[in-house]
Amino acid sequence: MTQETNIRRHTISVLVDNEPGVLARVIGLFSGRGYNIESLTVAEIDASDSLSRITIVTSGTPMIIEQIKVQLERLVPVHKVKDLTLEGPFIEREMALVKVVANGEKRVESLRIGDVFKARVVDATISSFVFEITGTADDLDRFIDLMQQLGEVDISRTGAAALSRGTSTL
Amino acid sequence: MSSGTILSGAEIVIKALRDQGVDTIFGYPGGAVLPIYDALFKQNQIKHVLVRHEQAAVHAAEGYARSSGKVGVVLVTSGPGATNAVTGLVDALMDSIPIVCLTGQVPTHLIGNDAFQECDTTGITRPATKHNYLVKDVNNLARTLHEAFYVAKNGRPGPVVIDIPKDVQFADGVYRTPGESQPKSYRPQVKPDLNKVEEAVEMLANAKRPIFYVGGGVINAGPVASQLLTQLVRMTGYPCTTTLMGLGAYPAHDQQWLGMLGMHGTYEANLAMHGCDLMVCVGARFDDRVTGKISEFSPGSKKIHIDIDPSNINKNVRVDLPIVGDAAYVLEDMIRIWKARNKRADQVALKAWWDQIAVWRSKDCLRYEKTDKVIKPQYALERLRAAVAGRDDVYISTEVGQHQMWAAQFLPFNKPNRWLTSGGLGTMGYGLPAAIGAQIANPGALCIDVAGEASILMNIQEMATALQYRLPVKVFILNNQWMGMVRQWQELLHGSRYSESYSEALPDFVKLADAFGGVGLRATKVSEVDDVIAEMIATPRPVIVDMCVDQKENCFPMIPGGKAHNEMLLGPADKVSEATPEEGMVLV
Ligand SMILES: Cc1cc2nc3c(=O)[nH]c(=O)nc-3n(C[C@H](O)[C@H](O)[C@H](O)COP(=O)(O)OP(=O)(O)OC[C@H]3O[C@@H](n4cnc5c(N)ncnc54)[C@H](O)[C@@H]3O)c2cc1C
Ligand SMILES: Cc1ncc(C[n+]2csc(CCOP(=O)(O)OP(=O)(O)O)c2C)c(N)n1
Ligand SMILES: [Mg+2]
Repeated sequence: MTQETNIRRHTISVLVDNEPGVLARVIGLFSGRGYNIESLTVAEIDASDSLSRITIVTSGTPMIIEQIKVQLERLVPVHKVKDLTLEGPFIEREMALVKVVANGEKRVESLRIGDVFKARVVDATISSFVFEITGTADDLDRFIDLMQQLGEVDISRTGAAALSRGTSTL
Repeated sequence: MSSGTILSGAEIVIKALRDQGVDTIFGYPGGAVLPIYDALFKQNQIKHVLVRHEQAAVHAAEGYARSSGKVGVVLVTSGPGATNAVTGLVDALMDSIPIVCLTGQVPTHLIGNDAFQECDTTGITRPATKHNYLVKDVNNLARTLHEAFYVAKNGRPGPVVIDIPKDVQFADGVYRTPGESQPKSYRPQVKPDLNKVEEAVEMLANAKRPIFYVGGGVINAGPVASQLLTQLVRMTGYPCTTTLMGLGAYPAHDQQWLGMLGMHGTYEANLAMHGCDLMVCVGARFDDRVTGKISEFSPGSKKIHIDIDPSNINKNVRVDLPIVGDAAYVLEDMIRIWKARNKRADQVALKAWWDQIAVWRSKDCLRYEKTDKVIKPQYALERLRAAVAGRDDVYISTEVGQHQMWAAQFLPFNKPNRWLTSGGLGTMGYGLPAAIGAQIANPGALCIDVAGEASILMNIQEMATALQYRLPVKVFILNNQWMGMVRQWQELLHGSRYSESYSEALPDFVKLADAFGGVGLRATKVSEVDDVIAEMIATPRPVIVDMCVDQKENCFPMIPGGKAHNEMLLGPADKVSEATPEEGMVLV
């Protein structure tokens, strides 16, 4: 490999047959070839055609990212691969559930911050809240970072879902 | 039988294989495939070849496939049958050999229970295959089988596993013909983008120091691709080198062929690659054994890469013009456009280039010490070469090691599909079963496994297969009593500390041949070599030749790991330059 150091984050959208083993194939490809996975989400999007969309956030040099795309394309159950980062503007969202255990002023502060971030309270006890927050991965990072300063925190994140902007479809 | 017929799963397997044109399968029975074996018993269109180890079933199928251009088919049982097959599957994956491997599985309701002889076959073989399937519903079986053949042979060929639980083999289901079974995805591009081909022709015509770098993909594309390649190379007058896997894609007797390139390739091929201004790679994958040190690989050239698999383009080496497509289609278009545009090579530049190549050639890099004191392995192969000269029906397989490289260097391959070797995985034990597969695909041909004494012991049990089916395969052992290739590396890079590379306690190969019911021959003196070779060829039965060769000979030329093409060792007098960089030491 030539010395390329410009490592960049890419969001890749993959349309696959929803069949047993397809996720293992994709994950195996990444681990077997030493590619990075920052997040990966998958769910069926078309029940009649039995298609799923996998959204992968990865990072690498342009040469690696190109390899990831063509390696994915040669998996038999893969229909289409789109590098959203390369192919124009796109929207990326992630959801997180964030539990904050805090009392007194810190508890109140967590509510205020939740408000600022448009997070929803989905569970509450005398000494805890669970917030539901949707945004970009960066938004979520910042929110979680603030919450961690207020109390003990438990987090569950979905990983990114992404679509290109405009009329184009996969 | 028309489509829509109800058959048992086992019968569907047989019917689908027949509809795919399969006449031979290689296998080994067991509990989880008994229904399929029963269905095989009841018919006589498909011949089953009983091997003695499932790894050998796959290698035999590889030899069959590579020497015939057909898909090789394997049938093994669950658990240990499937795990034994894994090495063969990875071998086929690395070397682009089309294989369909059927594995038995425990009944569906027991999957996941650690049942007797259960293993997660699809899990284990996922990275070992191009694709794999677990068929849980007998009504999907026919479609899956047909799709497996499609996947195995289209695009970059490779092995496909179909895991079939035993209850599915017993169950009744609908049979579907191949025509009704197109896969939903996976449509590899075979026809090239013509604009790119036109660009390639322009680059070709303008080159001053061009070279064709040709690989196994041209063999994969069928004999017509080799003919087209030969035509294009001759039309241009340019030099051509082939990889280990590409041997035979271009006739070895032709003046424009520079020999094999790479780690043990010729001086002229490697220096021409290093110094060219245009490299036309056709169906090769810039393997590390070919490129040497990547950062110093052919630094001054423009590169065109023709390959059916986009993932092999820009993987190791950045190229200037990628052309995705089947080699035969691309070459055909290149020839057509070259002619239509009345292209002609720059004759002055070309003459200077050939003059330079002639200087490199005059090094005579494959020379070795001629002596009558000991049989040099190269000499034994030269005599074999002379003994088969002019024959069109000689199929050579190899094991892995020095003997493999010498076979590549010293035997002539003038046509495709006659050279069977494990290049990508480098699997010792490949050669004998591969020769068996080639012999079955080419009855009457002369099939020779050029072997090392260490490698041959890895699948020696296949002598019994050869005997059972009266296959007159020849095992030509270059017995140096060492794992010679390992010893050579220890000599070069580990201070000649020969850790565990001596072949202790070797069997008497002549008696061993005899024990199997074959014929054993031995040569210990130079004067015996020709007679032994003649007798081997004349014997219409399986033969093991114990050719007792020089124990110390090493294989040259050699580009040590991590070195560039122009840092080649030409003989024992050359030493690896002091600064064998650490990153070179870690390479294999
Ligand atoms: C001990 C040892 C030493 C070795 N030393 C050397 C050496 O000195 N020199 C050497 O060359 N090799 C050597 N090898 C072999 C080496 O490891 C590789 O296996 C080999 O170089 C790969 O050959 P290839 O590039 O032709 O590709 P292959 O593995 O044959 O791959 C074929 C390529 O063609 C493409 N393709 C497939 N079908 C088509 C089609 N229809 N149309 C177009 N493209 C297609 C594929 O996508 C792939 O890129 C050695 C191996 C061993 C075990
Ligand atoms: C299954 C397997 N195990 C180990 C190796 C590593 N290896 C490569 S060559 C070689 C020695 C082969 O010895 P031999 O068959 O006698 O051939 P020679 O080099 O002496 O010609 C070994 C051990 C391998 N290629 N395959
Ligand atoms: Mg040896």
